[in-house]
Amino acid sequence: MGTKLLPGAVAFGLLASASILPMQAGADADFSGETIEFVIPFSESGGSAKWANFYAPLLSQALPGEPTVVVKFMPGAGSTKGANWFQNNRTDDGTVIFGTSGSTQFPYLLGDPRVRYDYNDWQVVLASGTGGVAYLPPDLAAQYDGNVANLADVDFIYGSQGATRLDLVPLLAWEMLGLNVEPVFGIKGRGDGRLMFERGEANIDYQTSSSFLSGVMPLVDDGKAVPMMTWGALDADGNIVRDPTFPDIPTFKEVCEATEGCETSGEAWDAWKAFFVAGFPAQKMVFLPGSTDAEIVEAYSAAFDAIKSDDDFGQTAAPVLGVYPQMTRDEAQGALQSATTVSDEATAFVTTWLQERYGVTLN
Amino acid sequence: MDLLATALPALNEAFALILQPQQIMFLLAGVLLGLSVGVFPGLGGIAGLSLVLPFVFGMDSVSGLALMVGLVAVIPTSDTFASVLMGIPGSSASQATVLDGFPMAKKGQAARALSAAFISSLFGGLLGASVLTFFILIARPIVLAFGLPEMLMITVLGLSMVAILAGRLPLKGVAAAGLGLMVGTIGEGDAGGSLRMATYDVPYITDGLKLVIVGLGIFAVPEIISLLRQDRAIAKDAQLGAGWYDGIRDWARNIFLSIRCSIIGVLVGVIPGLGGSVVDWIAYGHTVQTAKDKSQFGKGDVRGVIGPESSNNAKEGGGLVPTLIFGIPGSGSMAVFIGGMALLGYDAGPQLITNNLDITYTIVWSLALANVFGAGLCILLSGGIARLTTIRFTLLAPFLFMMISFAAFQSGQSLGDLVALFCVGVLGILMRRFDWSRPAFLIGFVLSTQAENYSFQAYQIASSRFRKGTFEGLEYIFTPIVLVLLVITALSIYYGIKQAKQIMPEGDVPTGAKRAPLVFLIAVSAYFLVSFFQATTISMVTDKLFPMTISFVAVVCCLLLLIRMIRSPETDAVFADREAEGEDADAPHGLWATLGWFALLLVLSALLGFILALAIFFALFLRLRAGLEWSRIALLSGAGIAFLCFLAGTLNRDFPPGLLQSVVELPWPLG
Repeated sequence: MGTKLLPGAVAFGLLASASILPMQAGADADFSGETIEFVIPFSESGGSAKWANFYAPLLSQALPGEPTVVVKFMPGAGSTKGANWFQNNRTDDGTVIFGTSGSTQFPYLLGDPRVRYDYNDWQVVLASGTGGVAYLPPDLAAQYDGNVANLADVDFIYGSQGATRLDLVPLLAWEMLGLNVEPVFGIKGRGDGRLMFERGEANIDYQTSSSFLSGVMPLVDDGKAVPMMTWGALDADGNIVRDPTFPDIPTFKEVCEATEGCETSGEAWDAWKAFFVAGFPAQKMVFLPGSTDAEIVEAYSAAFDAIKSDDDFGQTAAPVLGVYPQMTRDEAQGALQSATTVSDEATAFVTTWLQERYGVTLN
Repeated sequence: MDLLATALPALNEAFALILQPQQIMFLLAGVLLGLSVGVFPGLGGIAGLSLVLPFVFGMDSVSGLALMVGLVAVIPTSDTFASVLMGIPGSSASQATVLDGFPMAKKGQAARALSAAFISSLFGGLLGASVLTFFILIARPIVLAFGLPEMLMITVLGLSMVAILAGRLPLKGVAAAGLGLMVGTIGEGDAGGSLRMATYDVPYITDGLKLVIVGLGIFAVPEIISLLRQDRAIAKDAQLGAGWYDGIRDWARNIFLSIRCSIIGVLVGVIPGLGGSVVDWIAYGHTVQTAKDKSQFGKGDVRGVIGPESSNNAKEGGGLVPTLIFGIPGSGSMAVFIGGMALLGYDAGPQLITNNLDITYTIVWSLALANVFGAGLCILLSGGIARLTTIRFTLLAPFLFMMISFAAFQSGQSLGDLVALFCVGVLGILMRRFDWSRPAFLIGFVLSTQAENYSFQAYQIASSRFRKGTFEGLEYIFTPIVLVLLVITALSIYYGIKQAKQIMPEGDVPTGAKRAPLVFLIAVSAYFLVSFFQATTISMVTDKLFPMTISFVAVVCCLLLLIRMIRSPETDAVFADREAEGEDADAPHGLWATLGWFALLLVLSALLGFILALAIFFALFLRLRAGLEWSRIALLSGAGIAFLCFLAGTLNRDFPPGLLQSVVELPWPLG
C-alpha cells in the first residue's frame, strides 16, 4: 500500500473553512505531503465511524507536516477481520493507524477462534472512554428505589445485539441483580433497542452515554423513561465510582450493594468488572504497529495531547464523544492494560455463563 | 391549524437558508459528486459521503448539510443508468428497475426508459418532500405504532410479491425465493452467531453474502455473458428508437401511477428497519397488479420503470423520518449522514424537530431541490448516454467486467468477493437458463435476515405477553395495522397467482431436452437437503429454526417439481431451457467459453493483483475476441485502467491484491 493523492481533497480543502488553528507537535517526525490511513474495522455507519471521522481532521491539523488523514473502513467478522489485517500489516512509518472498539476487545478476551491478533504487538496512542446508562419505563421505575427487590417478578424484555457483544455487560449485571431479563437477539444497533423500548415492546434498555444524552434524555424529560443505573466510571486506583457525566444516577455497584443476593465480590462480580473495564472506560483506542519508531509514536502522542488540550475541544467533542477522558501516553497504556488483561477465572466464568444461560458457544 | 402555524414560519426560514447562492453552490457540488460516484454500481452514496466527511467538519452548518444532502439525494437517481443501460442493479433501490428498464434498452429505447425513470424520480422526490413537511410533525406516534408484528407483516408483504414475479410455474417461483432466503442465511446467525453453511476456516463466508455481490451476480453477470455471446450492441440493430421526450410523455400519461408509487415510497421509507430493500419491489408489484394490459411486463413496459423509480426517491425523503426524529438511520448512507450532522453540531433525535425545525426543513427541501437538479441533469444527459447501447457489446464487456469486479471488491475488500461474485454469477446464469425467477430469488435474499429476525423477535415478545394473559398477547399481535396488512398480503398473493401466468419477468423461454433442467433441479434440491441437515446440527434454537423451516418447504417444492418432471413431456414449461432454441442457442459464442473470459480475469487477479490482471485481460480479450489492432487495444485498455485508478485514488480504495503482491511489495496501484 502506498501513498495516494486526493484530487478531490484539494478542492474541498479550499472550500472547507477550518475553524481550528494548526497545532504543530512532535519535533522529529514529519508527515508533509503524506496521506495517513486511519483504518476502522467497522462499516461507515457505526459509532466507531463517528469517532474516527471526528478525530481525522483534528489529527490532520495536529500532526507535524499536516498530512491528509483519511478514514478507511474495513468491516467484517465483527471487526476481527480488520484487526487480523492490522496484525499482518507491515507499514510502520506512521502512515497506517488502526482504531479498535470494545467489539474488538471482547472476542480477543473470550478466545474467539477468528482472533489472530494480539494487543501486545501494538502501541497505543489514544484511548477514549465512555459509559453506559440503563433505564426503565416510568411504571416499573415507580417500584424501584435504588434496590430491585420489587422488580424480581417482572418479565423484562431487552433488545440485544448478541450476548457476546458489549451487551454482555448489562445482561450479566441484570442477572446478578436477580432480574428476569429475556434478551431479544438480532437487533442491528442500540438505536433499534431504544426504539423497541419506545414502542413498549422492550421494558428495559441501556445506551452508551452519548446516545443516552441525545436519544433518551428527551424521553426522560417527557416522563417516558427513568434512568436506573450507570455502569460507573473508574477512578485513578481502578475503583468504580459515579459516572462524571451522570453524577446523580447511582452506579450498578451501589444498586448491587443495596440489593439482597447481589455481591460486589466473588467470581461473578470480578468477571462483570473485568468485562466492564474492557468494554467501557477504554472502549475505543488508536494503535500504531509495534515496530513503529519511537519518534513517530511520540509525534502521535503529542498530536493527541495537543488536540485534547485545545480550548474548544470540550465543546466540540461533547456531542460526538460524550464527556469522557481521552487518554494518551501512560494513561492510555494503563487503560489498554486493564482493557485487555482479564483473569482466566473471569473469562472462564463468562464463557460458562454464556453457554449455560444462552447456549452460545464460541467455537 | 396548529400544524400550519408551526410549519410555515420554519419553512419560510428554511427556504431563506437554502436559497442563498453559496448553499445552492454546495448543493450542486454535492449533486455532481453524487452523480459521478453514484453511476458506479456498488460504490453508491456511502463512498461519496465518506469522501466529503473530513471537509464537512468546520463548515458552516447549512453549507455542510447542503453538500451532504446533495450527495445522498441523487444516488437513487444516478444508479438508474447502470440498471437501465447494462442491466446492473446499481443499488438496492433500483433492483426492480432492471426488470423492464433493461429490456427497453435492448429494444433501442434506452433514452425513453432513462428519462421516464428520471422524471419519475424527480416527481417522487418532490412529492415525498411535500408530504414530509407536514408528516414529520406528527410522524412520531405513527412510526411508533409499527412494532415487530407490523414490520414482520410488511416483510411478508414484500415476500408475497414473489407470487406475481414467480413466472410461469408458481412452484418454481417459491423454490427460487426459498433459495434466496437460504442463501441469505449463510454465515453467522444474527441472533446467536451460530454458523450456517459456513466454517471459521473460511472467514469470508462467516459474514454471509452481501447484497451488492448477489445483485451483480444474479442480474448483471448473466446479462453481460448473454449479450457477449451475441456479439452485437445492447440495442438490437444498434438503432436508438424513442428519445428522451417520449419518456416524459409516458410519465405524464401514468401520473397517477407515479403518485401512488411515490406515496408507497414515503410510507415504507418512514418505517425504520425496513430500509429501501422492499420499496421498489412493492411498487413494482403494485404497478403490475393495477395495470390492465400486463402482457409487456418484463419485456420492456415503461410502467415497470415509472413505478419503482417514483417510489425510490420518495423513499429517501421518507427515510429522513426515522433518521431525523429517532436518530435511527434508514440506510447505510443515512447512517453516515447522521455522523456528518454530528460533526456539524446537530444531533439527530426528537429534539431536532422541536428545537431546530428550520434545520429539519432545510434538510427535507434541500433533498427535494437536489432531486430537481440531479434528475434534470440526468434527463439532459440521458439522450447522449443512451448511445452506449449502440456500441458493439464486445468492446463494452471488458470494461463492464472491470467495473463489476471492482464494485464487488468494495463490499468486503477481499479476494473472496471476486470468488463469490463468480459463483453467484454461475447460479444466476443457470437460473436464467432454466427460467427460475431471478427477481423471486433476490426478494428472498434481501428479506431473509429481516424475515428471520422479526419472526423470532415478535414470537419472543408475544410469548411474554401471552404469559401475562391471552388478551394481552392477542392485542399485541393482531393490531389494526397487522390486520390491514394481512388483507393486502392475501389479496396480493391471490391476484398474483391468478395473474402470474400473463407476466413473464424474464420473457418467453423455450423448452428442450429433459436432462439439463432435471440436473439443475436435483442440484438445488441437494443444496436444500444439505442445508436442512446442517441446520439440525445447530444447538441454538433461534439460529436453526428458520433455515430448517425454509429448506424443508423448499425441498417439498422441489419434490413436487420433480414429480411433475417425471410425469410431463419435454414440451412442458417445467423443462424451460434457453439453450434449447432461440437467441441463446443460436448465439455465435458458447456459454462456458464466454464465462471463461470472466474466470480468466479473476484467476489473473488472484495471481497478479487486479491492475496487472486487467492489463493482460484487456489485451487478450480485445485481441482474440474483439479482433482489434494493437494500437486501439493499447488506447482502450490504457484509458480504462487510468480511469479506474483515478476513481479508486479519489475514493481512497484499494484493488484486489494477488499472490504476487504477497511476495513483493509493489507501489500503488499495482500493489
